[in-house]
Amino acid sequence: MTAAQLTAQELTDRAGLVPFGPKPRRTSAGRIGIYAFLIVASLFFLIPVYIMIVTSLKGMPEIRLGHLFNFPVEPTFQPWADAWLHACTGRDCNGLSPGFYNSVKITVPSVAISIICASINGYALTFWPYKGANLLFGLLVFGAFVPYQVVIYPLIIGLSSVGLFATLPGIIIVHTIFGMPILTLLFRNFYAALPVELFKAARVDGAGFWRIFFSIMLPMSVPITVVAVILQVTGIWNDFLFGIVFAGRSNWPMTVQLNNIVNTTTGVREYNVNMAATILTAAVPLIIYFVSGRWFVRGIAAGAVKG
Amino acid sequence: MDMAENGTSVSIQELSLNFGAVSVLKTLNLDVAEGEFIVLLGPSGCGKSTLLNCVAGLLDISEGRIFIKGKNVTWEEPKDRGIGMVFQSYALYPQMTVEKNLSFGLRVAGLPKDEIAKRIARASEILQIEPLLQRKPAALSGGQRQRVAIGRALVRDVDVFLFDEPLSNLDAKLRSELRVEIKLLHRKLQNTMIYVTHDQIEAMTLADRIAVMKGGVIQQLDAPQTIYNRPVNRFVAGFLGSPAMNFIDGRLEKDKGDWHFTVEDVRIPLSTYAFEKEPVPGPAVFGIRPEHVAFNSGTGWPFTADATVEVVEPMGSDTLVWLKLGKQNFTVRVTSERTPRNADAVSIGFDPMRASLFDAQTGSRL
Ligand SMILES: Nc1ncnc2c1ncn2[C@@H]1O[C@H](COP(=O)(O)OP(=O)(O)OP(=O)(O)O)[C@@H](O)[C@H]1O
Ligand SMILES: [Mg+2]
Repeated sequence: MTAAQLTAQELTDRAGLVPFGPKPRRTSAGRIGIYAFLIVASLFFLIPVYIMIVTSLKGMPEIRLGHLFNFPVEPTFQPWADAWLHACTGRDCNGLSPGFYNSVKITVPSVAISIICASINGYALTFWPYKGANLLFGLLVFGAFVPYQVVIYPLIIGLSSVGLFATLPGIIIVHTIFGMPILTLLFRNFYAALPVELFKAARVDGAGFWRIFFSIMLPMSVPITVVAVILQVTGIWNDFLFGIVFAGRSNWPMTVQLNNIVNTTTGVREYNVNMAATILTAAVPLIIYFVSGRWFVRGIAAGAVKG
Repeated sequence: MDMAENGTSVSIQELSLNFGAVSVLKTLNLDVAEGEFIVLLGPSGCGKSTLLNCVAGLLDISEGRIFIKGKNVTWEEPKDRGIGMVFQSYALYPQMTVEKNLSFGLRVAGLPKDEIAKRIARASEILQIEPLLQRKPAALSGGQRQRVAIGRALVRDVDVFLFDEPLSNLDAKLRSELRVEIKLLHRKLQNTMIYVTHDQIEAMTLADRIAVMKGGVIQQLDAPQTIYNRPVNRFVAGFLGSPAMNFIDGRLEKDKGDWHFTVEDVRIPLSTYAFEKEPVPGPAVFGIRPEHVAFNSGTGWPFTADATVEVVEPMGSDTLVWLKLGKQNFTVRVTSERTPRNADAVSIGFDPMRASLFDAQTGSRL
């Protein structure tokens, strides 16, 4: 009798009528609203992606039928191969691949050089303040807000006077210069957030400028370096303006080549090839985001918040 | 130099330091004897860390000279000064194991491998951190981290140890344990140590001499007992001791050749008080520590008075009693057995020999 009553009591407890155990989760109107918004927002961005992918897998006759949303009836990778190897930009019909290699040749050195310079800059500004360091830093921050278009003409004059205009080193220098303000800011803020006693301890231990940088600061800079790599790779890979102006015809990056393929006026418009070419060009930054998104967030939280 | 027979280890002469227009240290002089344990004690912002950083060579000084072991090191790099430093935040290199942390300075100096190993073995034995050598700092407790930080100074075989509040990040129990360990370490190594703290218990227990600082100036440099019993001014008297010394504002008066301290209708005879300088009648401050006051048991105190009990605070071994003496607030510390029970009115007594008298204007000891 008593046992039965007890279980009954327990049952009401477990049913959530009396607070007991984990707090029951309830779906509120606000939460439903948030999910609805998220779903709509992702559809908004994913539908064009879906159309691009299905279109790139269709043959031209199928595209002419005009069923934009339909799945390809006979999926084919020919447009992808064409985009990579045979698509025409004006007279040359070598596809996107030369642009891809050009972009790699531009991006890798630009990213590496700009990050190396910026980390040393940020380190020196934080721990070895010299006369005028604050002024220099102020100028750098100011530089982050200068619109690019304003400085293009002076840069062209400057680079051509030293014979670097329309060359690979020329475009690398341009990217390095334009990455410097934001990257230095990023690294300086990261180092400024480290306890200064770490630096003092290393000084007492007898380490100098480079030893402290390489043995102590650099190993701690992984998160912020990842952030910088992502920023720079996506920025430089997606760049069109500097590429078309400063790289020179033989070094045109992928974005410029893509533009030329899509805007070619001769012959029929091969939508499937254009779609494939666009996806190929966007693939590198996308992959970088997917691979390092976790690091990106962590790095932002570690370094970029505290000013 | 009065420490000459012992040898001066660190000598700071006429040291000034300004940050821009702000003067943080003002023509400061300090001589530390060989093997001495000096504690720099003072409120936050008085320039203790700044002074230590100057000795270490981590800050460029504005004026003056610093000698370590008789050598003028004013312009030397930190590593060439023969100092090791331990920081409040440990400042261990987070990406290195404990062993690498300890050996970093030695590797920078280019010492041979077997010498490095020998020194690490010795330091880690002294500090009992052998089992931790392969761990990263993140995997250590606060006390272990601070031990490693001390070890980093230890392996460098330096003449002078500089500690900047090494224990203030630790909880009370660990702090008292490590305090004893540091004291033992000092006894074992016989190095000169300069130790910054704002914890007066640390200062009293560790120091051979305490330098009490305020506003970038050393107020008093003396043995702990002297500082405690004969503070040179009102600031030092109030800064040391917890609960703080009782201060009474009143007048110094001479009556038939005997000096008295009077406030309202209370008259404290000063026949047993040892004056620092020739007294003159006028306003003065009378200070006496709570533990130097007793509840009167009728025996012959030079001074007795009646007071009313306001609050009784039992603190375990001791009891703190808050009284009103006339209009003056007054605290008395007695052992728990001697706590007055259920009494509103008590009579207290003390010997003015234990008291301190200060000039009302300048605050300096009379
Ligand atoms: N880089 C700096 N620039 C300007 N002023 C500074 C600088 N560093 C310290 N100060 C000032 O110098 C004074 C002394 O600082 P210091 O760090 O030596 O104090 P402290 O006695 O160690 O205090 P705490 O007990 O809080 O550590 C403070 O008033 C502080 O504001
Ligand atoms: Mg300090």
